[in-house]
Amino acid sequence: MSEKKMNLGKVFMNGVITENPTFRLVLGTCPTLAVTTSAINGLGMGAAATFVLLGSNIVISALRKVIPDKVRIPSFIVVICMFVTIIQLVMQAYLPSLYESLGIFLPLIVVNCIILGRAEAFASKNPVVASAVDGIGMGLGFTLALTLIGCIRELAGNGSVFGINLLGTSFQPMLLMILPAGGFLVFGLLLGIINSLTNRKKGGAK
Amino acid sequence: MNVILFMISCILTNNFIFNKFLGCCPFLGVSSKVETATSMGIAVTFVMTIASLFAWMVNTWVLVPLQLEYMQTIAFILIIAGLVQFVEMFLKKSMPALYSALGIYLPLITTNCAVLGVATLNVKEGYNLLFSVLNGTFSALGFLLAIVLMAGVRERLESSKIPECMKGFPISLVTAGLMAIAFMGFNGLV
Repeated sequence: MSEKKMNLGKVFMNGVITENPTFRLVLGTCPTLAVTTSAINGLGMGAAATFVLLGSNIVISALRKVIPDKVRIPSFIVVICMFVTIIQLVMQAYLPSLYESLGIFLPLIVVNCIILGRAEAFASKNPVVASAVDGIGMGLGFTLALTLIGCIRELAGNGSVFGINLLGTSFQPMLLMILPAGGFLVFGLLLGIINSLTNRKKGGAK
Repeated sequence: MNVILFMISCILTNNFIFNKFLGCCPFLGVSSKVETATSMGIAVTFVMTIASLFAWMVNTWVLVPLQLEYMQTIAFILIIAGLVQFVEMFLKKSMPALYSALGIYLPLITTNCAVLGVATLNVKEGYNLLFSVLNGTFSALGFLLAIVLMAGVRERLESSKIPECMKGFPISLVTAGLMAIAFMGFNGLV
């Protein structure tokens, strides 16, 4: 990677679309399913994860030559943990209602496979700037996916998006959608749709 | 009586996978065969029980007296990582058969959010020592139940005709959704 200059735009788009952590890599499924009962929760979770990803990618990339190979996983976890604690305290202070609704999934960002995965696969091998871009790209991809699922579930289960009622009072909400079962169903069907779209694209290119 | 009700609710009504979405990654990742799913479930049960015990002790006797509650996440994840390492070494020495059966699943448990989740939940709900450990054990048994059931279904799915785009994760997620609806039936139980 050091010889050829890395295409930062490509790294960025890689996170958002080509290797979207939620839809393409299917990582970090727990928060994806748990917090997407409404669009705003999805957005909040995504933003928190993006901050942690950006911070941990920068620090880990900067320290990549200092951290001994054998203890790299525990070291990564401690770095990630630090950023999670920061975002947790900030949210508790400034966005208490979001903090309440994300609940235990905020501290659980620590064990989100996306963040550790990027630290291991990208930040520990690449320079700081590229890692930062990768963090933002992956974070944005995660945020978009969560917000999309949140919108669908909130619209179907509550008739609103971002708390704004769109479907009027005559709409009978499908309560199932904001219950756990709905999360699995919406995510599964969305994945299926996206797979079929990409398959068709590939078939067309051939 | 309370204790028994609590145990049942941990396994069925408040099932970790279908109700709280904790531990979904291994639930989807390691559920293609009943055998491996069982090993994973047992390993998780083992670690979750010990982890909730230690997390409770550290939190109550160290973090709270020193007013270091904001260090909870870091403390818990270090406890879990250390425990997993310790359990791995212990099993390797004393129970090599079990060790080889659990194999690569043991280190994976460190990043299983169910373990950190149960430690955090115990603190959040203010459980005492007994309930914390029970919560750890029986929630993990709920996880075991869910992952084994799921593996059973997925073994059948292998041989059935599924549209190309739904193969793999999508169909597993839809299956999990249907199972979650079934588990909703337990809601009035406790």
